[in-house]
Amino acid sequence: MPGVTIDKNHCKGCELCVQACPQQILSMSKEITLRGYFYAKMHDPSRCIGCRICAIVCPDAAITVNTNGTQFVLFDY
Amino acid sequence: MRSQEAGRNIAVAKVLMKGNEAIAEAAIRAGATNYFCYPITPQTEVAEYLARRMPEVGGVFLQAESEVAVGNIIFGAASTGKRVFTSSSSPGISLMQEAISYMAGAQLPCVILNIMRGGPGLGGILPAQSDYFQATKGGGHGDYRLLVLAPSTIQEAVDLTMLACHLADKYRNPVMIIGDGMIGQMMEPVEFPEKYTEPELPSNDEWAATGAKGRKPRVIKSLFLDPYKLEDNSVVLYKKYQQMKKEEARFELYKTSTKNKILIVSYGTMARICQTVIDELEAEGVSVGLFRPITVFPFPEEALKKEATRKNIESVLTVEMSMGQMVEDVEKVIAGQRPVLFFGRTGGIVPTPDEVKERIKNLIKKEHGTRKQAAKTASKGKTSTKSKAKSKKKG
Amino acid sequence: MSEQTKTIFSRPETLQETVTHYCPGCTHGVIHRLVAEVIDELNIRERTVGVAPVGCSVLIYNYFNCDFLEAPHGRAPALATGFKRLRPDMIVFTYQGDGDLASIGMGEIVHAANRGEKFTTIFVNNAIYGMTGGQMAPTTLPGQITTTCPAGRIVEQVGEPIRMVELLATLNTPAYLERVAVNSPLQIIKARKAIKKAFQYQVEGRCFSLVEVLSTCPTNWGKTPAEATRWLEENMMPYYPLGRVKTPERSEGN
Repeated sequence: MPGVTIDKNHCKGCELCVQACPQQILSMSKEITLRGYFYAKMHDPSRCIGCRICAIVCPDAAITVNTNGTQFVLFDY
Repeated sequence: MRSQEAGRNIAVAKVLMKGNEAIAEAAIRAGATNYFCYPITPQTEVAEYLARRMPEVGGVFLQAESEVAVGNIIFGAASTGKRVFTSSSSPGISLMQEAISYMAGAQLPCVILNIMRGGPGLGGILPAQSDYFQATKGGGHGDYRLLVLAPSTIQEAVDLTMLACHLADKYRNPVMIIGDGMIGQMMEPVEFPEKYTEPELPSNDEWAATGAKGRKPRVIKSLFLDPYKLEDNSVVLYKKYQQMKKEEARFELYKTSTKNKILIVSYGTMARICQTVIDELEAEGVSVGLFRPITVFPFPEEALKKEATRKNIESVLTVEMSMGQMVEDVEKVIAGQRPVLFFGRTGGIVPTPDEVKERIKNLIKKEHGTRKQAAKTASKGKTSTKSKAKSKKKG
Repeated sequence: MSEQTKTIFSRPETLQETVTHYCPGCTHGVIHRLVAEVIDELNIRERTVGVAPVGCSVLIYNYFNCDFLEAPHGRAPALATGFKRLRPDMIVFTYQGDGDLASIGMGEIVHAANRGEKFTTIFVNNAIYGMTGGQMAPTTLPGQITTTCPAGRIVEQVGEPIRMVELLATLNTPAYLERVAVNSPLQIIKARKAIKKAFQYQVEGRCFSLVEVLSTCPTNWGKTPAEATRWLEENMMPYYPLGRVKTPERSEGN
């Protein structure tokens, strides 16, 4: 099952990952981080395909993508 | 013996060389085998000589698109920790000021030769000493100084160029050599040491950008947004300048004696002309001495004060090929204890010994006739402006 | 029963952990990461020196895990020239915005490219001056509003925007030049390939390489990061065509 971790320390709430996720499973939280940003999070981890697109568009390298087996490889990166 | 052959380590006693070329060879002998340039009269021969010579010693030569580029190229080159040399003339040195300020702030060593010409602006191509302020008071923006050396013969230019390469590394600061068009263009016999040696220095690899292998990354920069850190940086720079003042001030005396009534202060080519004047006056029974600064930063303040305030000295005459720049430092050092007068020509005019002699003779006449007046003006300490106006009328 | 968890995307080693000062959604962050990934992949971190510009990315040296030089505004190509000529064994790259490269630094970049200096330039084009608060740049589009052209860029008064890749492509000296964008996942993937090619050419000691990266400036464009990615596609891409390529093997193609 692939999944992403979004580092609250780095996330600046720019919402580019929310826009980019092909599964549309990212959204902004209602709480703010210590820096004052709304942070992004997965609201439906079960549908993550490990494509890495969210991490690729993130300007702050805040997203780490993991999998324990499955991964949809949609492109060379 | 042609200058090209001199470079090939043929053991000869002396070789006749043009100043520009001798300085170029001296830089190579001191290990500054990396040279970046832009042509400008009257120093282009430095570039042309090194264009031929650098490939022979396996060094790097590049003519860049402007002095703005050159100044910044030597920043990058100096960041490798290797010895870097450039040469230009007054307008080109103006273009380098931004980069020089950055190099001082980032503590990078380099040697910059300024063969001064008439200014301001496009000015002229003949010799002048009108860049004294620019060289010694910073030149670019911010709190920093350059170590500035002023040769008056071609042999001295050779020796000081090699010294400059050492001092630049010693202090991690740009060092400037100010010559003038005369020194650049004339030919004199010079000797190079058979084997160049210098006191040992720590390796530049301790600070240079050598690649973050097995250590934290280094940043060669002058930006300190925190004002306290920026002040700290300037304090570090000024500690170096204090050390320069203690250890590097150099000067030479010529025919100073208790018989002198007048002390001339002059540097570079102008000092040589004054030496001729002193010799001619001596033959006529008039005793005048010369104090010649060799470093104009650090200015040899203690030594000048000592010589100028001797009981026998009645007045100090600063002679420059400018409208009066070093004279302000002389005034500051003498602090009103003696009248400080000025004689100068500018625009590229090199005064004749006769002109300078005339000025001195008038000065003596005035002194003998009006001792009271001299004492009055001495207490005011502002005589130099009057004399500048006088000498302008003479021209 | 439970399988090993594998990381399939994480921060590259050449990118420090430091939280950047860039605005939310600023694509500098993406470009930094791409350059860092390429440096990791080519295994050149320990012999790489970057040259920092003046602009939003003036503090880039706090974000990269390699040696850096800080250049005066526009002069990075001159610093890179001096450094690379004395240390051709090291990898040297400049990272410059549109003011730094195409305005005050125009002379330095053209001559470095023309001499074929063997370093790599990452040119970040966001059609505006970011750091100083949104003034007109040489790359600002006709009609685009900035603080120093509040009525929009009037080309009759200040001329047309400059296309740097095309300008440099007219030089005879061989070089690798390409324009890419980072406003969408697809473009970012292509941009990464171009940046890798650029550094690869330097590793091989072949030629000067420059990648122009169309980037967003949400703050000074007055848009959200997501809106800014769309504005880039609709307005910048038509004027600054992607895929303009010059390689050392052939002159301007495509």
